[in-house]
Amino acid sequence: MAIEKKNFSRRDFIKQTSMFAGGVVFVSLINPMKVVYATKKPEGKGKWYGIAIDIEKCIGCANCARTCKIENDVHKEPFFFRNWVEQYTITNDEEILVSSPNGGIDGFEQPVPEEDIYKTFFVPKMCNHCTKSPCTQVCPVGASFESPEGIALVDQTYCIGCGYCVQACPYGCRYIDPDKGVVDKCTLCYHRLKDGLDPACMMACPTHARIYGDLNDKESEVSLFIKEHNCAVLKQQLNTVPKLYYNALSQEVH
Amino acid sequence: MNKFETLYEALANLDGFIYPNEIALNWDLLIVMYPYITGLVAGAFILASLNRVFDIKALRPTYEISLLTALAFMLVATMPLISHLGQPFRFYEMLITPHLTSAMAIFGFVYLWYLMVVLLLEIWFDYRYDMVIWSKEKKGFMRFVYRALTLWVLDTSHESRKTDEKIGYFITVVGIPSAFLLHGYVGFIFGSIKANPWWSTVMMPVIFLFSAMVSGIALVMFIYMGVNYLRRQKTDIFCLDTIAKYLFYILIIDFTLESLDQIHRIYEADESFDILKLLVRGKLFFTFFIMQIGLGTIIPLSVLGFLQFKKPRERIRKILYAIVSVCVLVGIFYMRWNVVIGGQLFSKSFYGFTSYKVDLIGGIDVWLSVLWFVIPFFILAFLLWLLPPWKKAEDLPQEKSL
Repeated sequence: MAIEKKNFSRRDFIKQTSMFAGGVVFVSLINPMKVVYATKKPEGKGKWYGIAIDIEKCIGCANCARTCKIENDVHKEPFFFRNWVEQYTITNDEEILVSSPNGGIDGFEQPVPEEDIYKTFFVPKMCNHCTKSPCTQVCPVGASFESPEGIALVDQTYCIGCGYCVQACPYGCRYIDPDKGVVDKCTLCYHRLKDGLDPACMMACPTHARIYGDLNDKESEVSLFIKEHNCAVLKQQLNTVPKLYYNALSQEVH
Repeated sequence: MNKFETLYEALANLDGFIYPNEIALNWDLLIVMYPYITGLVAGAFILASLNRVFDIKALRPTYEISLLTALAFMLVATMPLISHLGQPFRFYEMLITPHLTSAMAIFGFVYLWYLMVVLLLEIWFDYRYDMVIWSKEKKGFMRFVYRALTLWVLDTSHESRKTDEKIGYFITVVGIPSAFLLHGYVGFIFGSIKANPWWSTVMMPVIFLFSAMVSGIALVMFIYMGVNYLRRQKTDIFCLDTIAKYLFYILIIDFTLESLDQIHRIYEADESFDILKLLVRGKLFFTFFIMQIGLGTIIPLSVLGFLQFKKPRERIRKILYAIVSVCVLVGIFYMRWNVVIGGQLFSKSFYGFTSYKVDLIGGIDVWLSVLWFVIPFFILAFLLWLLPPWKKAEDLPQEKSL
C-alpha cells in the first residue's frame, strides 16, 4: 500500500517565501512613507491648530515669555524656555546682531547707536508645532507625540530623557527639565485649550501680535490673517512644515 | 545655583547668539563614549573575521583576543547611553515599546542581535571543545562552571569539532554584515538629524564604520602586545606586521572618506558653511586639527606607511606599533568628540556658539565615562582567565581551503 507522503519541496519553499516577500513589498508600496512621519493631518472636521505672529506688532515686552514661565511652571533659570523673544538688529554695515537676554524677560538693550541701525525688530519664538515634526519622529519610545489637533506634546511620565528630540528640533524649542530629567516644551497650553481657554502667551500679548486658531476653519482669525498677510515660516528648506507663521519675517531670521 | 554654575559660566562666555535652550549641552562626554566603545567592538570583531572568513592566517594569534575584546566592550556598550538618560530606569521602555520611526529605538535590537546571536554564539562554538576538556581537567566549582558553560554538551568527537567549525564560520559570515550594521547604524543616529548640518551627512554611517574598524584594530593590536608583555611571552611580529598593514589600509580609506566629506562641505559651502568654518577653526581647532587629524591620522599614517617600505629591527617596530595604536585610539576618541560635542557647540540659528568644559573634578559624566572605559579591561582580564586562548587545543587541520 502506497503511503501518501506530502513533501515540502524546494519549489514550495521558494513560492511561499516569494509570496511573503511580495506581500511585504506590496503593502509598503500601497502605503509608502507612512513610517517616516509620526502623525498626519486628520481627515474630517477636527481642529488643526496653527499660530500666527505679526512681527510688525511685537514690541518686545516679552510678556509672552514671562507669562509662559509662570503658567507652565518653567524653571526660572535663563536656560529653559518654552517661549522667548529675540531682538534682531541689522546695522548699516550689514552686520546682524541677535540677542535674547533671559529670553527677553529682563528687557532688551540696544547697544548699537540709532544712526547706525538699518533696521531692528523683535521675533517671538516658540514651538512651531510642525506638521512633519522631526522631534516626534526621533523619539525612541514615542513619548513625544502629536495630538490629533496637531500639537506636539510630551508624555513626561514616559519620556526617558535621552535628549534625541532636543537634537532633532531645528528651532531650539526643547530642553531637558533639570529637576525631572525629562524633556519639556511648549504645549500651546494644551491644559487651557481643553478647558476652552486661550494659551497664556496669547492672553498676555498687549498688542495682539500673536494669534492662534483652527487652520481647518478657513474663516478663523488665524486662517484669515495668513490669507491677508504675506506670511513665512522658519527654515522652510528642512521640510518640517511648521504651523507657526510669521508676518513680515526678514530673511535674516533663523 | 550651584547646579547651574557651569551653565552660567557658559552663558557668560557665549560667542554671538545662541537659542536660549541651546546653552546647555545635552549630550556630554558619555555620548562621546557611546559611539567610541561601540566602534571598538565592531572593529575588534572585524579583525577576528579577517582571520576566520578571509583566512588571513597571520592573524590567527589575535583571533580569540579580538573576540573576547569585542565581548568585553560589548557588555558595557549600552552603559554610557543608559547612564546618560534623564530617567535611566526607564531605558527598558525602548525595548518593550520601541517607536519605530526613531533611529535610536532600534539600537537595543541591533545590540541584542549582535551580542546574543553573533558574539556569544561565535565564542561558544569556538571554545566549546576546549570547555569540555577543561571541565574534565578541573575539579570542584570550576568543573561545574565549565560544564555549565558547555551547556552540558560534552561531545568531543572529531565530527562535533568539525560541526563547531562549520557553524562558527557561518556565524562569522553573518557577523561581518552585523558588525557593519551595528556601527553604521550608530552613525545613522547622528547622520539622520537634518536639524544639525554638522551631523547631517549621508557619509556619517560610512565614516563611523571605517573609524570603528581603525579603532578596533588598534585596540586589539595594543591588547595583544599588552597581554604578551604581561605574560612574558614573545609577540608574533609577523602577526603584528599584518595587523599594521590592515590598519594602514583602513586608515587610508577612513581618512579619504572624512576628507571627502569635508571637501564636499567646503566646496558646496551651503548656508551652514560659515558657522561650521568658524567652529572648526575656533572651538574645535585643538581637537580636530591637532588631535584627530595630526595625532590620530597623520602620524599613524606616516609611521605605518614608512614601515611598509622599511622594516627596522623587531624591537623598534614593536615600540612603534604600540605608539601608533595609542595615537589611533586617542585620535578616534577625538573624532567622536568632534562629532558629538562639536555638533552641539554651534547654534542652530547659525549666529553663535556655546562652550563645553569638561569638569574633571566634579563632573559625574567624566567619572562615569572613565568607569565605562576601564571596566571592559577588567572584564577582558576575567575572560582571558576563564577562557585562555593560549590553553586552547590545536586547531583542526584544514581539509580544504575555504
